[in-house]
Amino acid sequence: MSDLPRNQHIIASGIVAGVGISVCYLSYTQQPSEAFTFPRLISTVFAVLAIWTFGKALLGKTKVGNGLSMEAMTRITPGLLVMLVYIFWAAKALGFYTSSTIAFFILLSLYDPAPHSESKSWIRRALITAGFLAIMYGLFAMLLNVYTPREFFN
Amino acid sequence: MKTFAKLFSLISVKRQHGCAMGGKRLEFLLYFGDVFTPVNFGLLLIGTIGGLILGATPGLSPTMAVALLIPFTFKLEAAQGLILLGAAYTSTVAGGAVSAILLKIPGAPANIATTLDGHTMAQKGEGAKALQLSFVSSAIGGVFGVMLLIFLTPVLAKWALAFGPSHLFWLAILGVTIIGSLDSSSVIKGLLSGCIGLWLATIGFDDIMGAQRFIFHPAVSGGINVIPALIGLFAIPQVITMFAKGRNDTTAEVITVKKQPVMDSIREVIKRRRALGIGTAIGSVIGLIPGVGGQIAGLVAYDQSKKFSPEREKFGTGHSEGVIAAEAANNAMVGPSLVPLLTLSIPGSPTAAVLLGGLLIHGIFPGSDLFDNHPDVAWTFINSMLIGQILMCIFGLYVAGLAASVARVPHSVMAAIVLGLALFGSYSVQNSMGDVYVMASLGIGMYFLERFGFSAAPLVLGLILGPIAEANFVQGSMIANATSGLGPYFLTGTLNLTLIAVVLASIAYSVWMELRQARYTTKDDAVHKEEAL
Repeated sequence: MSDLPRNQHIIASGIVAGVGISVCYLSYTQQPSEAFTFPRLISTVFAVLAIWTFGKALLGKTKVGNGLSMEAMTRITPGLLVMLVYIFWAAKALGFYTSSTIAFFILLSLYDPAPHSESKSWIRRALITAGFLAIMYGLFAMLLNVYTPREFFN
Repeated sequence: MKTFAKLFSLISVKRQHGCAMGGKRLEFLLYFGDVFTPVNFGLLLIGTIGGLILGATPGLSPTMAVALLIPFTFKLEAAQGLILLGAAYTSTVAGGAVSAILLKIPGAPANIATTLDGHTMAQKGEGAKALQLSFVSSAIGGVFGVMLLIFLTPVLAKWALAFGPSHLFWLAILGVTIIGSLDSSSVIKGLLSGCIGLWLATIGFDDIMGAQRFIFHPAVSGGINVIPALIGLFAIPQVITMFAKGRNDTTAEVITVKKQPVMDSIREVIKRRRALGIGTAIGSVIGLIPGVGGQIAGLVAYDQSKKFSPEREKFGTGHSEGVIAAEAANNAMVGPSLVPLLTLSIPGSPTAAVLLGGLLIHGIFPGSDLFDNHPDVAWTFINSMLIGQILMCIFGLYVAGLAASVARVPHSVMAAIVLGLALFGSYSVQNSMGDVYVMASLGIGMYFLERFGFSAAPLVLGLILGPIAEANFVQGSMIANATSGLGPYFLTGTLNLTLIAVVLASIAYSVWMELRQARYTTKDDAVHKEEAL
């Protein structure tokens, strides 16, 4: 195992162990204790297994999971950023349909293998985005009557 | 349709008069007409055709497809919603064979074994035959599996009546540990994922004391809603995985198929009845074991069919028996995988866990009294799965071409579509942005956890079975405090001890398998090093 996945395993299992220990600590310190009987049982097992996993990672004995290569991280990052902005800010601030159209078009432009220099590929992307928006509007606004947050352009 | 409506009205009269043909064993026949009402049959058609197309799309697993469909069932009645989800479950498994045969990309893990001979057949110009064989054998295996579901479920449901709170508590724990240990590549990480799910289920207000537990953000003040969590845990990691492919053009070349008479393929399946029988039997047995999915069913059936075949040297070179055994097995598994779900509330597969979520949102609690309290919902759903198998076979043969074209949709488009559906779907559950934040947070977290060997299936099981485990634990504790005490109540008695033994046996078996695999890997590494030297 090279150093990169090993360090990643230590960080990942360290975070899980940290959560496990925090949950266990909260379960045993919060009141009323009757409400935390079941969480205490679960969190004790959670913490023990998480510390065991962390110990295995520290000793370099973790065999499962390939971690994340730098190449994969580079490819994921733009899409992940678009996703985070779309879900945690734009959906509410701009409205679902406006933000979905923008996010869909950006994601398509970022990951579509067609060349960016051709106008034909941009027209295709715009048409796919329009089609997607029409289907989503038809399904959720007209068929299911879902009331989404007020649109920015309304 | 008029004939079916007539049949439906006759059966309704019989139901009112309590006329049960052949007693409880044939009770399902009383609700057969319900499948053919225009709305129910329409939903069955939509679910079947949609499922075939979704199943053929690489990256869209049956679990994810069913999770994304759940929001569309809110406006439907319980039976209607379940018909849609059940049809999608059945046909996504079968639809996966299209891309496995024509593209060499299994639509779902259950279709891995199908690629071995199916794609070779397609390369030889027998693509249509391979598709027909796969749909016919899927339908035969599937019908047998659903018949098992029909006849085993009421028997087990009656047996489940003997279960008290301590047994139900251990059953819930068994559901989490069995999937945690068998479905994951690491037993410890599988069990840890289950624990994370059980902990997530405790977030929110305590049912008895009304106390706040682990509410670290207003979005989770009402607890974690199962549906957005399911969508996030199954869909978002898939979206990020598609991002990880970057701008590479991974569109595979689809082999075109020439028309061929269906009857020839039906005759071939009948001729190869040994492979069909092995596939159906193995799929049915594996489906009954909670946590063991269609992927294993297909591969084991393929392997056993090869062992018992006089033409075993032909396997892997485009032999029809390979396709028949694998496809019969992965669809025969679908019905039995719902037996533990409908009788004991223990989902037999990750997709069954999502279906459990679908049942709960309609206020249907599976278990011993499901067939007494909601026989119309339960039997209409099960009967629709039976009819769905036949529809899947008929439409599969015609939709295959269209499904193959959908399978070529670039991953960039697919990722954006799934992300949009995940956002709208999770919001529509309660019209709450909190649910959307929970969906995204769990999904992004799950992607990174999966990269380090954690698994979504046990986490989902923990999240779904957590409230059942806690409610029975609290109820059992109250009984125990008034009677024999906590230890004797939970840890003694034949049923308690049997369930504890099964929990421990599943963990021990998985640890043994993991150690054995590690030993072989170490030996292989040593051989490779020696060769390198």
